[in-house]
Amino acid sequence: MPNYEKILLKNMETPGYTGDLAAYERAGGYQAIRKVLKEYKPEQVIETVKKSGLRGRGGAGFPTGTKWGFIPKDPALTKYLCVNADESEPGTFKDRQLIDRDPHQMLEGTLIAAYAISAKVAYIYIRGEFALGARLLERAIVEARAKGYIGKNVFGSGIEIEIWVHRGAGAYICGEETALLESIEGKRGLPRAKPPFPAINGLYQKPTVVNNVETLSNLPHIIMRGPEWYAAIGTQKSPGMRIFSVSGHVKRPGNYEVPLGISLRELIDEHAGGVRDGHRIKAIIPGGASAAFFTPEHLDVKLDFESIAQAGSMLGSGGVTVMDETTCMVWAAYNLLGFFHHESCGKCTPCREGSAWLYHILERIEHGEGRPEDLAQMERLCGNIAGKTVCAFGDAEVAPILSTLKHFRDEYEAHIREHRCPIGEGVVALAAR
Amino acid sequence: MALSEAGIGRIRELFSRYPDKRSAMLAALRIAQEEQGYLTEEAMGEIAVLLEQTPVQVYETATFYTMFSLQPLGKHVIQVCRTLSCALVGADGLVRYLEQTLGIKAGETTPDGLFSLKTVECLAACGAGPMMQINDDYYEYLTREKIDRILADLKRDGRSSLATGPFVIPLQMA
Repeated sequence: MPNYEKILLKNMETPGYTGDLAAYERAGGYQAIRKVLKEYKPEQVIETVKKSGLRGRGGAGFPTGTKWGFIPKDPALTKYLCVNADESEPGTFKDRQLIDRDPHQMLEGTLIAAYAISAKVAYIYIRGEFALGARLLERAIVEARAKGYIGKNVFGSGIEIEIWVHRGAGAYICGEETALLESIEGKRGLPRAKPPFPAINGLYQKPTVVNNVETLSNLPHIIMRGPEWYAAIGTQKSPGMRIFSVSGHVKRPGNYEVPLGISLRELIDEHAGGVRDGHRIKAIIPGGASAAFFTPEHLDVKLDFESIAQAGSMLGSGGVTVMDETTCMVWAAYNLLGFFHHESCGKCTPCREGSAWLYHILERIEHGEGRPEDLAQMERLCGNIAGKTVCAFGDAEVAPILSTLKHFRDEYEAHIREHRCPIGEGVVALAAR
Repeated sequence: MALSEAGIGRIRELFSRYPDKRSAMLAALRIAQEEQGYLTEEAMGEIAVLLEQTPVQVYETATFYTMFSLQPLGKHVIQVCRTLSCALVGADGLVRYLEQTLGIKAGETTPDGLFSLKTVECLAACGAGPMMQINDDYYEYLTREKIDRILADLKRDGRSSLATGPFVIPLQMA
């Protein structure tokens, strides 16, 4: 297995690493923020991150430095940084590990980003179910505040940066950045129409940046080792390391940190141990439930933003779900539409109503009650959802259907023709021990 | 009063973190639910007064987020992840086993008020499925034997040492 130098997971893979402040500092932590405060003006931090080529790790892959650059420079304006720790994209579990095992790495990144955009307050929006993660983060913040690393006078620089943990309460949509802002404001998490973008009109109508946990965790390393070093990892347009969460029918599910641009085959076979014995891969979701399904013929696609998009899916959140030949594709799409139907926030009619229709049509096809006209009906519905909603959720919910219809249409037709699921509604039994 | 003095104090303490009291909404609802087991109309009314919102602004928020309940629940709320990655490795089997063992269906509470069972969407534990969350704790890589032990622990001690600690996967990396 190719062995890459770990960056984000390095500390936590060191035996005995506890993740507390002393351990983080022993591993070289909190040197980058010191350096930034001493040697960099905020604009220089933005320039450095632009030069590194770092792109957002939440899903959209927007260049981080460019995002920061949209924040107005007017010192009279209050600015906010929000940390997106709402990890909810099915198949993704990397931020949870970064939060639990190395919270100070993420906090240092948060301080660097807040300094770059001149924000005095950062809110970490962590999904409500991460009760342990929220406790560990709170504890880390208390440690850092006690040392003067967070608060009114960060490292004695005279600069104020306060960091608060803000817990969500169960809503996938709050990972969408404007819904996240609504949720911090104490409202239902309904995405806002854009423009205006958060950089101009964000939290409390003030200029705001929302960055993902993994994105921020990269910052201390970019500062300490230089943007050129970072830009040389991965591909030219998708630089850096990426943590991929691999789940499903593989031998070693887990979080694997690899350079962007390795093949899907390498990730699955060499890092995640390959598909379970005696089975073969049937389908892969390469970037969370919102990404279109791939088939084995896509295994040589490179895992970078451009290559995956070119092949018809997206890198998204880095959640890779592997399915072997025992998996019914109609059932898989039905399962995911159950998710999207449940999580649609209800703001936009095409998504709210469309997700229910799609779910119910898939339900009847999977249960052997499908009608010949159902496939065209679903395609028509999908066409009336994608691109017709305020946020990207609409595009996400049609991806599993359109891609399985494209690659596995015969399976849908067999369900309708035979009035049953040919693979059988496989309730996977629970192992005894 | 539905909220305790201590609970009101905890809510008020949050106000200084935000320019707007409404931002304490989710935390206030969580505190109320912790104290009473679920959200009563009375508690939501008190939160509205504290946060200077209308009662419907509190109610609409409480009903939007899945972690809030407007009905009483069991002492231990079991939430099984049903989304794809967990379903591929046995989420359905897990639900069935829990239904058999507890003698209730998903969505119900045991007559003794000890356990509620429900299915939920992805909890970001996809590589460690099948899994469930019980109150604040995650339980992963579940098997029948492990579930039996967890339920016995909860009945006996109110807690179980089988809960997942700080997350890392694969395990041998730690």
